[in-house]
Amino acid sequence: METTLKTSKKRTGPVLFSNYQQADGIKKAIELGRENILLELKNSGLKGRGGAGFSTATKWMLSAAANAEKKFIVCNADEGEPGTFKDRVLLLEYPELVFDGMVIAGFTIGAKTGIVYLRGEYEYMLPSLEGFLNNMKEENLLGKNILEKEGFDFDINIRLGSGAYVCGEETALIESLEGYRGEPRNRPPFPVNTGYLGYPTIVNNVETLASIPHIIYKGGEWFKKNGTDKSKGSKLFSVSGDCRKPGVYELQWGTKINELLDIVEAKNCKAVQVGGASGVCLPKSQFNRSLAYEDAVTGGSIIIFDESRNMLKILKNFMEFFVEESCGQCTPCRVGNTKLLEGVENIEKGEYTFSYINKLKELGKTMQAASKCGLGQSSPNSFISILDNFKEEIFYSNRKGIKNVKA
Amino acid sequence: MLVVEKNNLSYEIERMIKEYGNDRQSLLQILQAIQKKYKHISDFAQQEIARLMNIHPVEVYSVISFYSFLSTEPKGRNIVRLCKTIACDMAGKDAVEIAVKRELGISFGETTNDQRISLEYTNCLGMCNEGPAMLINEKVYTHLDPEMAVNILNEIK
Amino acid sequence: MLKRENIRIPVSQQALIVEKPIDTTTIGGTVTIQINEKKVSVPFGTTILDACKENQIHIPTLCHHPDLCIAGVCRICVVEVEGLRTLQTSCSFPVTSPIKIHTSTEKVRKARRHIIDLLLSEHYGECYSCFRNGNCELQSLAKEYGVDGYSFGHILEPKYKVDKSSAAVIRDMNKCILCKRCVRTCIDLQEVGVLEAINRGHETHVGTFLDKPLADVICINCGQCINRCPTAALRANDPSDEIWNAIDDPKKHVVIQTAPSPRAAIGEEFGIEPGHSFTGELNTALRRIGFDKVFDTNFTADLTIMEEGTELLRRLKKAVVEKDSSVKLPQFTSCSPGWIKFIEHFYPEYLDYLSSAKSPQQMFGAVIKTFYAKESKIDPADIITVALMPCAAKKFECNRPEMNSSGFKDVDYGLTTREMAKMIREAGIHLPEMPKSNFDEPFGNASGAGLIFGATGGVMEAALRTVYELVTGREVPFENLRIESCRGFEGIKQASIKLENCVESYNFLEGVELKFIVAHGTANAKKVMEMLQRGELSDVHFVEIMACPGGCLGGGGQPIPTSEEIRRKRAQAIYEEEEGLPVRKSHENVHIKYIYENFLTDGPCGELSHKLLHTHYTKRGKYIS
Repeated sequence: METTLKTSKKRTGPVLFSNYQQADGIKKAIELGRENILLELKNSGLKGRGGAGFSTATKWMLSAAANAEKKFIVCNADEGEPGTFKDRVLLLEYPELVFDGMVIAGFTIGAKTGIVYLRGEYEYMLPSLEGFLNNMKEENLLGKNILEKEGFDFDINIRLGSGAYVCGEETALIESLEGYRGEPRNRPPFPVNTGYLGYPTIVNNVETLASIPHIIYKGGEWFKKNGTDKSKGSKLFSVSGDCRKPGVYELQWGTKINELLDIVEAKNCKAVQVGGASGVCLPKSQFNRSLAYEDAVTGGSIIIFDESRNMLKILKNFMEFFVEESCGQCTPCRVGNTKLLEGVENIEKGEYTFSYINKLKELGKTMQAASKCGLGQSSPNSFISILDNFKEEIFYSNRKGIKNVKA
Repeated sequence: MLVVEKNNLSYEIERMIKEYGNDRQSLLQILQAIQKKYKHISDFAQQEIARLMNIHPVEVYSVISFYSFLSTEPKGRNIVRLCKTIACDMAGKDAVEIAVKRELGISFGETTNDQRISLEYTNCLGMCNEGPAMLINEKVYTHLDPEMAVNILNEIK
Repeated sequence: MLKRENIRIPVSQQALIVEKPIDTTTIGGTVTIQINEKKVSVPFGTTILDACKENQIHIPTLCHHPDLCIAGVCRICVVEVEGLRTLQTSCSFPVTSPIKIHTSTEKVRKARRHIIDLLLSEHYGECYSCFRNGNCELQSLAKEYGVDGYSFGHILEPKYKVDKSSAAVIRDMNKCILCKRCVRTCIDLQEVGVLEAINRGHETHVGTFLDKPLADVICINCGQCINRCPTAALRANDPSDEIWNAIDDPKKHVVIQTAPSPRAAIGEEFGIEPGHSFTGELNTALRRIGFDKVFDTNFTADLTIMEEGTELLRRLKKAVVEKDSSVKLPQFTSCSPGWIKFIEHFYPEYLDYLSSAKSPQQMFGAVIKTFYAKESKIDPADIITVALMPCAAKKFECNRPEMNSSGFKDVDYGLTTREMAKMIREAGIHLPEMPKSNFDEPFGNASGAGLIFGATGGVMEAALRTVYELVTGREVPFENLRIESCRGFEGIKQASIKLENCVESYNFLEGVELKFIVAHGTANAKKVMEMLQRGELSDVHFVEIMACPGGCLGGGGQPIPTSEEIRRKRAQAIYEEEEGLPVRKSHENVHIKYIYENFLTDGPCGELSHKLLHTHYTKRGKYIS
């Protein structure tokens, strides 16, 4: 059936899914002024919600400090990580948070243009999002002299991707916006100095931007009441796989995997993939770990595998994904991923030696260290973690013993 | 391609370039628009875009070949993209895949003879909690089972 | 110098260009960094790679090339920077703070080794059966890092069909390591735009528009991509086997003409530092190989000057005296076949601006199969003409269908410097050991004016020496005939020379400021053409364009590697050799006088010259069907 699209939110949480009246954040931002916004943000301890976890306040301060005739705010809505769909929910159900966040960002660093890079797969959202932006224009939340604040001009355009996972990497996204192949750039320089068209650019994840209006309106103190010491606030988790209640959950940072499994009613759970295909796969013995920047970090993807699943097939699915989705420019990622996939296929066929497997794991470490961008740096994570954490199943047991050999 | 068609296409591209601008950063938008309207970006269209935007044709081709949703080969009127990433795979993508192939008599990567449907795989659609999912043109369909998928395909024109 | 600002760089890369040398007063002076326990001061913004090089620390590179913008894709140059989680590519990392760098930790060595292993696993074929054996950057790296066996397998079947469609450039993507130097050469350095990365992920390859054969796209055959390819993915179309066959055939009279640039560079193929000419040694070597005659292309360079100079004067006369507004000025040179194909593709509506004179190579072919055949009583059907050229495009040029004015194919084979060196080695000859000898009669040793054709600006300088003297009756007013405004590697040079006290027949040029432009590299040619389109060249009379950076000495057939430093040394070798020559003006070449008195008796641009020494061009356009 054509999806109803508004069925995925499973738990209203304390922060993001708390009440918010559109424009409240913007009004407060104007009241506070730039320096205070940055201070609130710093105080909140907000870190990037896309997965990398870079301090949002630092990013904003760097681009606020940059001297340039133009600046840009880019909302990274190229949500492509397997198992992630929280941005979809935010954009469909809470667009006011995302857009208000962008307006506040524009106000803070002095940018006049915001761009939403919406993945091509989400094109069906375009009418509703554009309608929403039009309403904001009518209400003077976009356009010239926003809320009668002299010189506060800001507009938001939506640009579509065209089916390339790597464009979720911020510099690849910028390349794509500029009309090039989505190939990540060398860094430094960073987008905060040299971003879209060479101008200072903030690229923030949808969820990061959606947190902004709350933080500004309710204060950094309020925000950081949730979470842990090093992971402030709450987080949206996209839960899929073997559980009774898949969907998007807002949970505190620091929630244990066990707790999450209970909430989503997962039974006979064997493994949890934290962070999508580029994340790590944890076995039962590690379910007491917490979801936080300092422990098991994730951009929100949680995929649950029960006892019936074949871990090698899962790994193969991940590696096929990376072989296709690597941009192909740098050696470790382009060739490395094919070698890891080849390794999985060889294991499948039983054609391997342990020294070969170890060599591949070493290669994985090189890919983590030497790839140009986050894609290649994280693509070996599943390979290494699945082979390490499930070696009994993969190497020692008779695989026929697994009931359901579907991936 | 007929001269008339070529002229129309050139006119269309010119119009789009007027709309989006002839700066490099408009390239992807123009390609998307052509793709949407003509279901592919022909070699003539690529060269026209290159000419009007003052870039090399190979750059246009290079960009098209990078993005999964852009194509230089003609596609059917409807492009069906079945998600093959992990969550949909676990939720029963294989059964849907088999049913769809059998029903249409084509494999993935092919187009039906009547140009009605092109079948393709895609990576994660962001519908992981509602899998298996597929995209038909820009619309998304979720919670598929083989029968439902086939019925949906049979309904599209 | 090919300046960075003269190169179109993708927006994405612009910020990464760190100009060198940096004016240390404007951006923060110097930074003290630590490289492997050693503290060094470097100018702010220096890349780690350059900082290491200055301090005698060798960092391996593959995708890096001094002529091109930074890519940072091969990842072989990674180093550890303290405080950063991942390894950093030294080619792209500008030093802006006092960082600590480690260039040879276990992590770094392992990563480099892995990268080499990965590249080798997809690099089809074996070194011993490869023409780049011994001059391959991937092979050198494998040696440097002690690669012994394939850690991650080795591709056994070729993945791509070798593209042999082009008369000039052969592409074997099975050898490609995707450093994209060719792409950056083609799009950024030369602005031809034939090659780009196609597809993504594991399917990525370097390809042409719609992956068409090279012969079907707008390749100008400049071969600059070959010069910058680290492996054997790109090569010139090598005719040496056919040449050997001709040499071995007793019925064939095989003659070779050698262009000035190969002589100034071929030593590099024999381990000699760039900057030494081997003209005399080469003559001996060629005779030992079995060429029946060894001629100097400079002879027809001199002939070109006579023809092209006369053509220019005629155009000027038509424009000035007859007020003929249909005369196309400025006149553009036509020696560089890469440039010819460039203008045919990109500016077909401006072909009338080209001199109709053939290139020296083609003039020689026509002269050999007519004048020389007659003089030496050999049936031209039995003559095989070989041209030793620094150029890949010459292979295309000699195969142009219109190049048969002698009644035969004017030039049978175009041979590059690299291929010549291979033949010499194959014949068991070590070139530097050869005694020197002269060129053969009846063309003898040509003038220095012909010799300097090898460097950008050379044709202009040679033409000015002759034209000025014809018009004024005096030598060009420069010390030692050096027209400095024509020399040097600036992308586009503009200058003028005033014609005063003209001889009677050229009275109409009295007081005219003869304006000229010299450009090299097709990116600069494009700029000149855009100036022409905008009407900015209305007061310019003569334009020299060479397709390759540095002119012929930087041609696509020259020894690998290339860099501006190497090209500079080759230019120096040419200019030094030139100053030692007894005759340095084309019109004073006695053999030129002889041929006009005895063969081309209607004089320059006369009827016979027109038939043999001039040509026409094809409006190719850009559209690829």
